[in-house]
Amino acid sequence: MDSLSTRKKVIEHKPMNFWERMYLPAIIGGLAITIRHFFSKKATIFYPEVQREFSENYRGLHSLKRDENGAERCTACGLCALSCPAEAITMTAAERKVGEEHLYREEKYAAVYEINMLRCIFCGFCEEACPKEAIYLDGNIGKADYSRDKFIFGKDKLVEPIVK
Amino acid sequence: MTFYIISISLLAFVAIYALMGVWAERKISALIQDRVGPVETGKFGLLQTFADIIKLLQKEDIVPTTADKVLFTLAPVLVFTSVFMGFAVLPFSPAYISSNINIGLFYFMAIISIEVVGILMAGWASNNKYAFLGSIRSIAQIIAYEIPAGIAVLSAVMIYQSLNLQEIAFQQGIYAKSDIYFFGFWKVNTVGGFLSWGVFQAPHLFVAAIIYFIASLAEANRTPFDIPEAESELVAGFHVEYSGFKFGALFLAEYAMMFLTSMVLVILFFGAWYSPLPNIAKVQLAEWTNGTYWGIFWILLKTLLIVVLQIWIRWTLPRFRADQLMNFCWKVLIPVSFACLFISAFWKLIVL
Repeated sequence: MDSLSTRKKVIEHKPMNFWERMYLPAIIGGLAITIRHFFSKKATIFYPEVQREFSENYRGLHSLKRDENGAERCTACGLCALSCPAEAITMTAAERKVGEEHLYREEKYAAVYEINMLRCIFCGFCEEACPKEAIYLDGNIGKADYSRDKFIFGKDKLVEPIVK
Repeated sequence: MTFYIISISLLAFVAIYALMGVWAERKISALIQDRVGPVETGKFGLLQTFADIIKLLQKEDIVPTTADKVLFTLAPVLVFTSVFMGFAVLPFSPAYISSNINIGLFYFMAIISIEVVGILMAGWASNNKYAFLGSIRSIAQIIAYEIPAGIAVLSAVMIYQSLNLQEIAFQQGIYAKSDIYFFGFWKVNTVGGFLSWGVFQAPHLFVAAIIYFIASLAEANRTPFDIPEAESELVAGFHVEYSGFKFGALFLAEYAMMFLTSMVLVILFFGAWYSPLPNIAKVQLAEWTNGTYWGIFWILLKTLLIVVLQIWIRWTLPRFRADQLMNFCWKVLIPVSFACLFISAFWKLIVL
């Protein structure tokens, strides 16, 4: 029969000699290996006290960005919701009133913007789809909570605070 | 009155030792597996097992409806009592031994065997197939491994010519009344230290010590002989149905058993409560480091080192298969231990 692949490994079954059959040298070798691990440096990071640095392209919780004047960049075009493979994003658009120019950059804005964090798979497609550079996944690790409706993040949690 | 004081302090010692043993087991296993183990509760996580035992005692004490209630309740008591009674004949120092009887070792081997009955009771009374299978496996293993353990012990007894554990302890150092020789050619009564330990009194006693150590691993259901429990494959073996305090008692018995067999190993082969430091000319280390309180220190240190070795082995070796276990016992350990026994006889007749 032809073999399915070209990879081959010839296995030898040599009878064990006396020392190998004693097993004790092998056991002592094993004990030596485990004791070496006993004293080796541990990779554990004590999470809540010590936070590990994220990589540059780490995708954490979402944040809705503001422009340099502190106005929200999102114009509620819905491209993020459309691109979302998990269908986690919903939004309601509204028209900007006179006098709200300092709050919203464009004439249309998202009155309601919700991400269901239980559905979100943190793929970052919303980030890529956004034409206004309004959403970025640059936050922290999502927090645990006790009830499911706490995981629907509204604008109160998503919009980044105004930086003076 | 002293009877109660001694037995209660021994019980307290065993309980605290078992808690610290569980902690050590978790810590050592963690460090060997490149983890950090318990760290949050107390310094180095030392209080973790205390928290665990409080949780364990709060749990509901379930007795299955189909179980044999009397035997089910009696089994953990029997298991723990039989192990705990073994402590009665162990010498902790030249002055401290609970019961200095002349058949100490024989009593020890006998009382330990009662544990098997307790395990069978636990498995049978649970009325659970897996518990029963676990108990059968446990019994087959313990009974099989008692033979090499007993014969290895016997080969040491033939050298010491005594079954009294205190007598055996005395014969391994500077307080010995009879002549002791390092491998049969160098009289070491005045030198003492590790040179006069049992393992160095005759070359084959080292083999006997290894046999006894292996058999004691099997008797305490420790890896590589933990098929009765096999945590990663079966649920828990004979104590599947146990919870709460009864489970705690079984657990305590297991750790007490580890300590007990290690201590007997130390008493028979590794100089009991004698210090490992020998007298070298003017530096009378053996004279300075032996005595009642030093004795307690040395025997506990040596025993705990053996316990640590048992834990270390557990996290190094995989488990034996049931047939390999029996093959190893009947075809390897028993013939070798019989060889040790014969060498002991000839050694006593010819060399000494």
